[in-house]
Amino acid sequence: MDRRIKTALLLLGCMLLAGCPKQQSALDPTGPQAALIEHLWWVIFWITLVVYCIVLAIFSAGLVKRRVRDIPPPTVIHESETEKHLSLIVAGSTLLTIIILFVILVQSVSASKWESRALTSKNPITIQVVGHQWWWEVTYPNTQADQTVTTANEIHIPVGVPVVINSTSRDVIHSFWAPNIHGKRDLLPGYNTAVWIQADQEGRFRGQCAEFCGHQHAHMAFFIVAESPEKFQAWLQQQVKPAADPTDPLAKRGQQIFTTRTCVMCHTIRGTDAGSRVGPELTHLASRETIAAGTLPNNVGNLAGWILDPQAIKPGNRMPPNPMTSEDLQALLAYLQTLR
Amino acid sequence: MKHIFICLLALAIAGCKREARDFQRPVTENAPAQDVQLSELHPGSPSPAPKFPNPYEENAYSVSEGKRLFGAYNCSGCHANGGGGIGPPLIDADWVYGSESGQIYDTIVKGRPNGMPSFSGKIPEYQVWELVAYVRSLSGQLPIDVANSRSDHMQGKKPEALTPKEHPRTEYPANLKPERP
Repeated sequence: MDRRIKTALLLLGCMLLAGCPKQQSALDPTGPQAALIEHLWWVIFWITLVVYCIVLAIFSAGLVKRRVRDIPPPTVIHESETEKHLSLIVAGSTLLTIIILFVILVQSVSASKWESRALTSKNPITIQVVGHQWWWEVTYPNTQADQTVTTANEIHIPVGVPVVINSTSRDVIHSFWAPNIHGKRDLLPGYNTAVWIQADQEGRFRGQCAEFCGHQHAHMAFFIVAESPEKFQAWLQQQVKPAADPTDPLAKRGQQIFTTRTCVMCHTIRGTDAGSRVGPELTHLASRETIAAGTLPNNVGNLAGWILDPQAIKPGNRMPPNPMTSEDLQALLAYLQTLR
Repeated sequence: MKHIFICLLALAIAGCKREARDFQRPVTENAPAQDVQLSELHPGSPSPAPKFPNPYEENAYSVSEGKRLFGAYNCSGCHANGGGGIGPPLIDADWVYGSESGQIYDTIVKGRPNGMPSFSGKIPEYQVWELVAYVRSLSGQLPIDVANSRSDHMQGKKPEALTPKEHPRTEYPANLKPERP
């Protein structure tokens, strides 16, 4: 194939790809802060596009302009009109550049001011997000300890209600970034940061860690699920409940396996003996849509593969392989499916 | 000559186990452990502790994983950061149930009377070995290039790599064995 056609196809492909995702895109805002960021993005885009076109136009004019052949030896001309003219152009364009950069600076500073002011006056919902290598711990704190909800990698929020996200990290620096909803916010070990968010439309918005944090940085995603306040309350009420005791004998056997083997050393299932805070809380595991921080859809097959050999799926993650007989595995999976 | 030198250097680096990070660990059931003498009384001279090489003692990543697990599995709940509290300290020369890797492995897996729980079936074998390597580094039993040279959190004591080696009492010949304080 002709080289130029190849290049053209490649460029076209890139442009198509860039145009595709509505998911995880800062150009498809769903909250007031994301709208401010999007506005700033377009202001900078149009300004730089105009500057780019002007520069290219002048450059091509210089290329196209007929060259003078047989240039006579240069003679030194003092204080000529052309020289004055040229310095005026240079000074003018320098001034213009400064003004343009200043406009961008003012826009960007005011956007970040508005962004932090936009919601602070209202009565918010508080959510605690803790970054771990490589997953997100999400807590809905309550003054009553037994009303506190902890989950992982899935943040449910009601539509149209401001939410303050208090965030910190347990190990290294992570960064919380759901582009449809807000800009990035770093999570620092030993230090609390806060960010206000609000979603104005229902939907599932993907976010991910935006600060390189080790082997599985790329597999550290989360979802913000914005839903109607009624649905949100129903979800929260369900999550508050401890895990129901299984009735099915197979699931009962699964529960026994969970609480007597390696699982119990790291995971919590409220209502059982499992209470470690090292790994994600699994009290309502089956209600989540993904496992391993957005790496795989949450279904029986993926769960089985993950339990047996997580290192094949996410090499370097903290979960050890758990070899077990197929009978034990089936029982364990049956139990995990009851954690709705 | 230069090329040969570079090749040799590359080979030498490839042979270094210190920085290797192997995530596909062998998965086996808990290995058979060793006998530990539970009484201080014995007929004749004490038998030498059986040597059992720890496969993870030459690898810095495994030792640091051991340190992480020491916190994650709440060993520090009783042994603090090696200084002891509810359980005996791990930074000194006293080893009630032996200082050899195999003996410490045994202590973790089987548990010991008066407080040490048995972690049999609760911790994968390779992680027990990582814990063993870290526990031994607490009293300076590991070479300094493998032991941790810094902590992730604030700590009142020197990092393991700077801890001087304690000499377990079992290392002394039987007739020179110092008295217990």
